[in-house]
Amino acid sequence: MTSWVQVCRLDDILPRGARVIPAAKGEIAVFRCSDDQVFALHNRCPHKHGPLSEGIVHGHQVACPLHGWVINLESGAAAAPDIGCAPKLPVKLIDGTVWLQIAEGN
Amino acid sequence: MAGMRTVEELLKLDPTRYDITVFGAEPYVNYDRIMLSSVLAGEKQVDDITINPRAWYTANGITLHTGDPVVVIDAKARSVTAQSGLCVGYDRLLIATGSKPIVPPIPGLNLPGVCAFRDIRDVDTMIDAAATYQRAVVIGGGLLGLEAAWGLKRRGMAVAVVHLMPTLMERQLDEAAGRLLQRDLTERGIAFFTNGQTEEVTGTDRVTGIRLADGRAAPADLVVVAIGIRPETDLARAAGLEVNRGIVVGDNLCTSDPDIFAVGECAEHRGQVVGLVAPIWDMAKVCAHHLAGGADLAYSPQTTATRLKITGIDVFSAGQLAGGEDEDEVVLRDARRGTYRKLVLRDRKLVGAVLYGDVADGNWYFDLIRRHADIGDIADRMILGQAAAQGSSGPVKLDTKSLADDAQICGCNGVCKGTIVAAITSKGLTSYDAVKSHTKASASCGTCAPLVRQVLADTLGVEPDGPAIPTVCKCTDHTHEDVRAQILKQGLKTQAAVRAAMAWKTPDGCAACHPALNYYLLCAWPGEYVDDNQSRFINERVHANIQKDGSYSVIPRLWGGTAKPAELAVIAAIAQDYNVAEVKITGGQRLGIYGIKKADLPAVWARLTAAGLVSGHAYAKGLRTVKTCVGLEWCRFGTQDSTALGKQLERLTWGTWTPHKFKMGVSGCPRNCAESSIKDLGVICVESGFDLLIGGNGGTELRGTDKLCHVTTEAEVLEYCAAFMQLYREEARYLDRTAPYVERVGIAYIRQRIVDDADGRRALQQRFMHAQSFLQDDPWAERANHGVDAREFQPLPALGATP
Repeated sequence: MTSWVQVCRLDDILPRGARVIPAAKGEIAVFRCSDDQVFALHNRCPHKHGPLSEGIVHGHQVACPLHGWVINLESGAAAAPDIGCAPKLPVKLIDGTVWLQIAEGN
Repeated sequence: MAGMRTVEELLKLDPTRYDITVFGAEPYVNYDRIMLSSVLAGEKQVDDITINPRAWYTANGITLHTGDPVVVIDAKARSVTAQSGLCVGYDRLLIATGSKPIVPPIPGLNLPGVCAFRDIRDVDTMIDAAATYQRAVVIGGGLLGLEAAWGLKRRGMAVAVVHLMPTLMERQLDEAAGRLLQRDLTERGIAFFTNGQTEEVTGTDRVTGIRLADGRAAPADLVVVAIGIRPETDLARAAGLEVNRGIVVGDNLCTSDPDIFAVGECAEHRGQVVGLVAPIWDMAKVCAHHLAGGADLAYSPQTTATRLKITGIDVFSAGQLAGGEDEDEVVLRDARRGTYRKLVLRDRKLVGAVLYGDVADGNWYFDLIRRHADIGDIADRMILGQAAAQGSSGPVKLDTKSLADDAQICGCNGVCKGTIVAAITSKGLTSYDAVKSHTKASASCGTCAPLVRQVLADTLGVEPDGPAIPTVCKCTDHTHEDVRAQILKQGLKTQAAVRAAMAWKTPDGCAACHPALNYYLLCAWPGEYVDDNQSRFINERVHANIQKDGSYSVIPRLWGGTAKPAELAVIAAIAQDYNVAEVKITGGQRLGIYGIKKADLPAVWARLTAAGLVSGHAYAKGLRTVKTCVGLEWCRFGTQDSTALGKQLERLTWGTWTPHKFKMGVSGCPRNCAESSIKDLGVICVESGFDLLIGGNGGTELRGTDKLCHVTTEAEVLEYCAAFMQLYREEARYLDRTAPYVERVGIAYIRQRIVDDADGRRALQQRFMHAQSFLQDDPWAERANHGVDAREFQPLPALGATP
């Protein structure tokens, strides 16, 4: 079972910033890029579990604050040659509101 | 390690030849046992030392049974049976059972609180004991025992080492080096009982101590037995294989049964068992070759080198430790530097080396030993090191071409030369950046970057791609100097304008150019350019240092390292109210509160602000601290009021942003208690005034300061300081400390700009003061009391929570 929930307004996130949503299975990071597209990932770098929400956002990527791994926000995958993935969550922007699709039990 | 290394080598040669099943006695996947001492010392986690994760086994189609040791080998039926009852047949069997700790025949070893130092379980036992108990005794003063002792000491225990022999590490070090080692470890707080024969481990419910044969005794809550290892051969012996000290193998690593091979510490080759990693890697390579059907490679033992993994104690030894009748010994002892080196020579060849204190030449000596090189021409000078022997001046250039494949290049990430060469050749890498990202060599502290570049140049046969002068980042081919010049010349005032005007390859930049351009614009247009918080690294963005668990540290400024009782009281109250993990006196004479959650930062700052404390900028590429000694007011040697001068310098410069962090020190006399000579700017007070020092660094690459000049008044100290800081702000590349900046431009240039050109100095000082007029706002007060960046600190409502 999945469902869409409202998480915040776009304006609640700074451009090239992120906000954190606490959830039962760990934090979710919602990113806003300079083109106002939004993305959501589990807030754990695949490398050493750094909080991706605290990284520098550039293009559709974020650099982990701990050791600088670059994670693609569209896929959650680490940029080559690093290998790993931060699971992504479906997210959409409707009339300035950010919606997140979550599975039951999140 | 030996077994899985063999499997790795085999997969490289012939990945489909065998269906592979692996049994391991420990409940973990294979890990780097050598690094256990780093785990014990708290420098690494268990996860960091895993060699092949489970996914690797899956990806290579290997069936793995952990925590299930093989208990029977039936060589006739060609099958093995594990503890769980699982029975698996084989065409070829590889035994890599390693070794077990030697257990001395003394009473009390089965008491709780006694362990060996061999596997992760032992390390867990030791870490748990260190958290609860105070005193440890390590039996055994060899390599392993000393690393155990040091790890336990690092974890806060009082540690004593009992060693049977008169000097430490006698198998790797000669007597002189062994005594130096004991002296240095004693200074670090480890106690020694040499010539100590342990007779009994005492205690009833738990160990309480040890007693020696000569009557000496030591109390202990933990006893670690590390007197040596012996090959684990029970399984092989029961299977009827030929076993001596170890499982007897030939040059092809085959045992007395043609279908059974053995590698690693359990194997005995020509009467020798091995315990170091380099020969074991050789064994793995040869064994894999024969398993894959080859018949050409033969294992032959090589000289091995030893290094001790104790932070700050450098010990190296290789080959023969002492000269006999046929050998000559050359010894160099430098008591002032605390170094010692001994070379053992025979027939125009180097056959052994022992180095203590300064091991930089270890790789060079080791290489000469391994190659049996003729050293006739340099024999009389070689004790002084490679630079002196080869007549070069300046810093020693390591001859990377002659380094062995297993020579470590990057100490931080444990990358050896062979790994780098393999990555370059197999992946076709041609630039330093590519090598760095693929291998992680030089990706941490960066000290070894020149070596990595040299290995790349050697492997390619030409100079690597990429400009000699670094570019701002991968998004552009422009150098830092280009970009800064164009910002001023073209009047570029936003990051977007810079990227557009200078044809950036990525319109939105990267994590490297965002902070760099933000700084360059801030420096070029004070009061005009609006600082872009989102372009800053997290620590500067939230004015606190992120810790590895995602919590933050809060470090208020203590001017000149002084504090009032009320300030201490509020720091203590916060530490208690927030139940923080630790309060620590930092390297810059301040108090750091560690383990604050991000959402709590504004509230913590509000309380500090109310007590008159401001941000210490411990997170900033900007002024950090001004370290001071007590100076004239209290010290009988003090010549000037260094504390007050330090506070004046700190009031002048706090809040500034610089290309990298900037530290100062003010010492009241040439005894230099504030360590001014390793600071970005240091002041040493003398009777006649002040010596100004610049460009020092106590970090990864130690550099003493250069003397800028002597001045006579405090006002001049402040003026010269502001001018030098501004020069550094305007000319250094982002993320260059003053040390590489001063080395790049030369101290003569800086003297000319700051000392000789009085008008230029005053102009620099005025530009500095102008910039400061926009920068000296306490960021904590802004965020705690004026709601700046409130969104940054608050998480959104939790999923599933009622709105």
